[in-house]
Amino acid sequence: MTPLVSLRGAGLKFGKRVLWEGLDLEINPGEFFAVLGPNGSGKTSFLKVLLGLQELHSGEVELGGRPAERGSRRIGYIPQQKSFAPDTPLRARDLVGLGLDGHRWGLRLSGKGVNRRIDELLDLVGASDYAKVPLGQLSGGEQQRLRVAQALASDPQVLLCDEPLLSLDLHHQLAVSALINQQCHERNSAVVFVTHEINPVIDYVDRVLYLAGGQFRVGTPEEVMTTEVLSELYDSHVEVIRANGRIVVVGLPDATTHFHDDAHTGSAEGH
Amino acid sequence: MDFGTILQTIFNFENYGELLQLVQNSIWAGAVLGLLGGMVGTFVMKRDLAFAVHGISELSFAGAAFALLIGADIVLGSLVGSVAAALLLGVMGVRARDKNSIIGVIMPFGLGLGILFLALYEGRAANKFGLLTGQIVSVDTVQLQALAGTAVVVMLVLALIWRPLSFASVDPDMAEARGVPVRGLAIGFMVLLGVSVALSIQIVGALLVLALLITPAAAALRVSTSPKVVLLLSVAFAMTATVGGILLALGSRIPISPYVTTLSFLIYVVCRIIGGVRARRGHNGRILRTAASSPARVRAGT
Repeated sequence: MTPLVSLRGAGLKFGKRVLWEGLDLEINPGEFFAVLGPNGSGKTSFLKVLLGLQELHSGEVELGGRPAERGSRRIGYIPQQKSFAPDTPLRARDLVGLGLDGHRWGLRLSGKGVNRRIDELLDLVGASDYAKVPLGQLSGGEQQRLRVAQALASDPQVLLCDEPLLSLDLHHQLAVSALINQQCHERNSAVVFVTHEINPVIDYVDRVLYLAGGQFRVGTPEEVMTTEVLSELYDSHVEVIRANGRIVVVGLPDATTHFHDDAHTGSAEGH
Repeated sequence: MDFGTILQTIFNFENYGELLQLVQNSIWAGAVLGLLGGMVGTFVMKRDLAFAVHGISELSFAGAAFALLIGADIVLGSLVGSVAAALLLGVMGVRARDKNSIIGVIMPFGLGLGILFLALYEGRAANKFGLLTGQIVSVDTVQLQALAGTAVVVMLVLALIWRPLSFASVDPDMAEARGVPVRGLAIGFMVLLGVSVALSIQIVGALLVLALLITPAAAALRVSTSPKVVLLLSVAFAMTATVGGILLALGSRIPISPYVTTLSFLIYVVCRIIGGVRARRGHNGRILRTAASSPARVRAGT
């Protein structure tokens, strides 16, 4: 099986701060791949590398046998839920339409095929009932369903998700992660799922990349999410407890030692 | 002056038929500007550039005043002024908060320069006033052709970048990830906006450009969020304001701008009321189903 995503000797650092180095990784079709780690460990940057928005410091990255490039149609992208302003001049279906042909030049001339495809996508994510509702009047969970439809518009081989469940209620967390899993295991896309919380997708995850303290581990959740591995990564004692198929990590030094949030890594990109 | 005389000054329809013949070109110019303003306005609203339009128009005014002073072509002067301002804002003001402060700095500077140039100018006073408040000087055929030609070019370019510009305007992060040249489009649109402002100034004047480039689109957005409907309404509103304004102003000696701005304003008020009533009724296009009859809901719940 040819991998859809492959990194060889990949490294990323901002100034002197090394996020990760010597990362060799292959992600196959139909694989649900979770990227975990504390804030500032380079999870979002990892995704930006795959999106072609961030250059690697060392090594190389390929998607479907070609170097990662911005705007590739092989990629679908689901961003963090960020609410639209109440007066955003767009309806639900228009947002999905942008994912379909928003990058093309000129006006949309033949609306029929496009409209049919938009209806299909809306139906797929269960958003048909609010297809014509202004975006700003939808809940965060409803908006995030539309993001899934938008990302699936090009039937992508690789689906990149940046904390897509953040700030969603449990009901929508389940629905959105089920939709992503469907694209992965039924339509054979590779899914890269960045999250700080593995439990909502624990049933779907095939492998995990855990980033922390400039180091990383790759493996199945059973291999990586253990007291020994995480203690080593964090360089302090961390307890991993399993209960009812859920994983609880106790004693994370996260809150006290890692101030760097995503905004910080974002501003460092300019250099 | 009593009220009757004032009213007669404002609305005078004597010899209307003959006058209509004389200002045919102006009416066409008004229609072209309405079409352009309505189209560009929808993007001004999407990109939240209302304040920028005001800033650009002040610098456009300074450019026109300078051209008047040195005896150059006024239209060219205003074009140079507004495109320079638009480019400056496009390049410098990337973040919204930053942009507003830059506009706030540029705007009074432009207006001050304009006043300086006008004070130095010793020609007809009507010329001075016209730059700020618009004029009903009969547009001759050459002017009309130049105006229409420029407007058509702007509209063609706008049509060419329509989809990616919409994407970049309402959903910039996603557009960026999708490979849309967000920054290039932002600067490109500022140039189109600069040209549109310079063209509009010829009819409604520097102070009232907002009535053409913002009010119609803002009114349209009050009653619809469908991009197609908003575009059509915005163009229809802008054309009604310009053409209607010219027709009403015809017999009087008052500049055209108060008629245009008042029409524009009234349309906005009506749209706002309609939008408000609809919001109160809670009508937003959502299909409401009872739990039993909703297959989508059942599926989502499993």
